[in-house]
Amino acid sequence: MSEKVSPLRQPAAPASATTLVREVAGLIVAALNLDVAPADIDPDAPLYGEGLGLDSIDILEIALVVSKQYGVQLRADSEENERIFGSLRQLADYIAAHRTK
Amino acid sequence: MPILATQFLADLTRVAQVLGGGGHVLNACADRYQFTVGLAASLVSGKVSLLPSTHTPEVIRQLTAFAPDVVCLTDAVDCDIDLPRVPFPGGGAALTANPAPVPAIDTAQLAACVFTSGSTGTPVPHRKTWGRLLACVREEANRLGLSGSSSCTIVATVPPQHMYGLESSVLLALACGHALCAERPFYPADIAGVLAAVPRPRILISTPIHLRALLESGTALPPADLIVSSTAPLTAQLAAEVEQRFNTRLLEIYGSTETGQISARRPTHTPEWRLWPGVTLSVRDGETWAQGGHIEQPTRMCDVLEMTGEETFLLHGRVADLVNIAGKRSSLAYLNHQLNSIPGVLDGAFFHFGDSRASHAGVARVAACVVAPQLDAARVVQELRRRIDPAFLPRPLLLVERLPRTSTGKLPQEALRSLAAAHLQSGGLP
Repeated sequence: MSEKVSPLRQPAAPASATTLVREVAGLIVAALNLDVAPADIDPDAPLYGEGLGLDSIDILEIALVVSKQYGVQLRADSEENERIFGSLRQLADYIAAHRTK
Repeated sequence: MPILATQFLADLTRVAQVLGGGGHVLNACADRYQFTVGLAASLVSGKVSLLPSTHTPEVIRQLTAFAPDVVCLTDAVDCDIDLPRVPFPGGGAALTANPAPVPAIDTAQLAACVFTSGSTGTPVPHRKTWGRLLACVREEANRLGLSGSSSCTIVATVPPQHMYGLESSVLLALACGHALCAERPFYPADIAGVLAAVPRPRILISTPIHLRALLESGTALPPADLIVSSTAPLTAQLAAEVEQRFNTRLLEIYGSTETGQISARRPTHTPEWRLWPGVTLSVRDGETWAQGGHIEQPTRMCDVLEMTGEETFLLHGRVADLVNIAGKRSSLAYLNHQLNSIPGVLDGAFFHFGDSRASHAGVARVAACVVAPQLDAARVVQELRRRIDPAFLPRPLLLVERLPRTSTGKLPQEALRSLAAAHLQSGGLP
């Protein structure tokens, strides 16, 4: 069984990454009881402050659901921390790279 | 790396030299050691530390009106507080052959001014003398079993600028000879890591939100010798779980910005809070007032308290106007004032949407209905962000045609909730 690779296929994010972005958006909306549809969160807008408007209480709650769902323990001393919450896509990328479940 | 008292004394002498000639300091240092050095440096040079609950542009503007000579002591390279800035000097101060003596501070000296939001838009200052702050914290040490000769290490997840953090980390260490951990760990893995790294006996000063996150995260918890919680009551279940997982006592503290700490309890043993000696509660016109002991002046409490004895009471939640989100306190009246001061807002009101809309971790935010035909919701939120702490930004903010005022102009919370629920159900159309 050979996989056909279309020359027109976009080199951008593979389907699994897009799925994870949607899944994490759904987790955030459910955990924080936000009044937005997960699909309406701009994957590239900042999560913190302006943008989605989350604050540090939210970030702690997100860290909790992320640790439960994917086994990823976030650390503030990691230099990547600021980048991780830079956008939904960056958070999803970090989870994809570090998930243990 | 432990920092010894001789280094602390050298550091505070150096910081006192760079604070300038004004009488007030906004101590914005995030590092708990540097905050403590700044506080001590302000004390020895006779300056008052100003501790507002938030640093929004509007609050800073009002702080300048309150104390025109205020400077901002900061350890952040990207500090954007609009005040004359004094950067915390980098590196430790050089030690001299003769160490600086431990300064003696007059108990009557005004040490700090903390602020509550009030209801008229102007923050209300509460003055704290050094002697009363110390008296309060020494009783805290008695209650926590930390007034003996053995020294412990204090790790705290709350900022030193918050009254609870100031008392239970910075002042507890200074007044009773304990060691202080400079870091303020945030994520569960950070809290566990920092706690494990400091010597025992060690205590964790925290809040229900952090403790709940710690337990639920699945992070391995290092042993601790005491856990302290404040800002909101813990559920009995969470309290029992904390004691079990850390295999130690959990004590809760109750107080307010105005009064400082006034009582404590061990929730797994009793729901009753026991007052600090000398502090009494009295009820006048349905309101509970606290006075005596270290309290500067009789103070109306913003919670519903039921006295069960001379020294004991039960806590039945906040009074209707109060907003308490993760230890950040405001009032609906203050938030409404800020909302209605936005150009283009014709009418607007904040309200409690109820616990049914709380987040997964149980944090219930406030919501708002706003009449502002010329503005969109994003613009209103943007304007609010300049004026109030982000914890109080409304979730949701609903633009409506008019508020459900009664014929006398009153605005029942229930009517606002019904309007908002109907609004959300109809998909946001008015």
